[in-house]
Amino acid sequence: MALTDTSDTPAEARLGPDTVPQTSQPSEASSGWAKSWQSLAIAVSLPVLIALFWEAAVALGWIEGRLMPPPSRILGTLYDLAVNDQLWVHISVTLGRVAAGFGLGVLAGTVLGALAGYSGLARKLLDPTLQGLRAVPSIAWVPLFILWFGIFEESKIALIAVGVFFPVYLGVMAAIASVDRKIVEVGRVFRLSPAAMVRRILLPAILPSYVIALRSGLGLGWMFVVAAELMGASEGLGYLLYDGQQLGKPDQIIAAILTFAVIGKLTDSLIVLVTRPLLAWQDGFVRQ
Amino acid sequence: MLTLTHLAKTYPNGTQALGGINLTVAAGEIVAVIGGSGCGKSTMLRLIAGLDHPTAGSVKVDDLVIDQPHPAVGVVFQEPRLLPWLSIADNIGFGITDLPRAEREQRVSRALTRIGLADYGRHWPRELSGGQAQRVAIARALVAQPKVLLLDEPFSALDAFTRLSLQDALLSLWAAQKPTLVLVTHDVQEAVALADRIIVMQPHPGRIFLDIPVDLPRPRDRLSDDFFRRERQVLRALDGSLTVDSDPAKADADNGQTNAAAMWW
Repeated sequence: MALTDTSDTPAEARLGPDTVPQTSQPSEASSGWAKSWQSLAIAVSLPVLIALFWEAAVALGWIEGRLMPPPSRILGTLYDLAVNDQLWVHISVTLGRVAAGFGLGVLAGTVLGALAGYSGLARKLLDPTLQGLRAVPSIAWVPLFILWFGIFEESKIALIAVGVFFPVYLGVMAAIASVDRKIVEVGRVFRLSPAAMVRRILLPAILPSYVIALRSGLGLGWMFVVAAELMGASEGLGYLLYDGQQLGKPDQIIAAILTFAVIGKLTDSLIVLVTRPLLAWQDGFVRQ
Repeated sequence: MLTLTHLAKTYPNGTQALGGINLTVAAGEIVAVIGGSGCGKSTMLRLIAGLDHPTAGSVKVDDLVIDQPHPAVGVVFQEPRLLPWLSIADNIGFGITDLPRAEREQRVSRALTRIGLADYGRHWPRELSGGQAQRVAIARALVAQPKVLLLDEPFSALDAFTRLSLQDALLSLWAAQKPTLVLVTHDVQEAVALADRIIVMQPHPGRIFLDIPVDLPRPRDRLSDDFFRRERQVLRALDGSLTVDSDPAKADADNGQTNAAAMWW
């Protein structure tokens, strides 16, 4: 076996000297695009096939369209909701609730998670209680929240915040507790103040796990907004679901479900997009 | 000048890691510390770095008592410990952020050139090989211009070929600034190749067994008879240091006898 000095063979020698490091190279980029279009086409083909089959089945009278509205009618319903501005009202109301609940849940989860991750005493004090509360199915809080906060916005936001809180709390606590002691020691060697240690070592170190925690928190936030809006609301995507059930409009229910899917995915992508520049250093992040 | 006076460390569990060490290292001198496991090499290094507190005794750099991390003392660990979220250039400049920007950038770019990574300032640590990353770690410690640089088995995780090239790189970096170097190593050849003095330590509790001067001229020829003779001498001393109640004088005597245990080392 030949002795090769790997230390002098730069891992990214194929990049120009001054290019900002990135995982995919320019030559690979075009074929990368082609590949991602290809996989997109494959991914989309199944739902499209199902939709076509469904449409045909209703048109041919194999299934009854009243309870199983064909895709064309669902799209029509979406269009109607959109043109008379109702859809936007429902979306913005729901988005507002998720945003408020998410904000509160993230704030509380981050603060308590940081405390529990940083201090052993705080962890011993907080964690058992919070783990106990986590075991309560969150929907079980609804009656209590309605008594406490009324049937309007506050109880809904509180429920969403509870849903968001736990993944964020757990994620932050685990991330802080698992920061590499050896890296912290580098900070000690260079005499970082406690504030600098947090800013220059701890925060960047926990950021990847934090983003994952935020994304799971947001996912639960969307779950709980449906629960909250089903309990009684006069606006919102969850209300569209409830209204569709009450008035026997399955097309409206499916239209609302589709909207949930799209908005949920969009907000999740927003988190990814906003934090991507901060995580560019991570191995394989771009490839994800 | 680095001075250790009666330096001792006993851990809370009662383990006596270091039993009162006296050592003086002249400014600009390169000292290799070698010894079996548990002889307190790393403990000694952590005390000099100010990362741990001694139970007794003191560490001084010139007239300055070191009892916590200090700019006069730089540290290179066994692993590079680069911060993965900072570019190579920002990693090298990590410890000198209090300097004016222009000064900092100048030092960083000079360091990048010296370690042969001039084009890698904007790359991420994950893009470097192990040897390159360790060079960056050495540069990060040296740009702060410490009087003493401590290296804790810095090349032990590298393959033999990379290790040789890093030893040479370390020597040329040292020649540019002439800090005092204290190098903990397991590798006798590395110690003989780099050091002006080799301190052989002995365990239970950690103490200095022998202090062997290496007066070979630089650059050193690793294949010369003189080099081999030194290596043998250190191996024999190491072997002696592991025998209970051993007598340094006996181990030091270069009586030409081939020692079975020395060959094992």
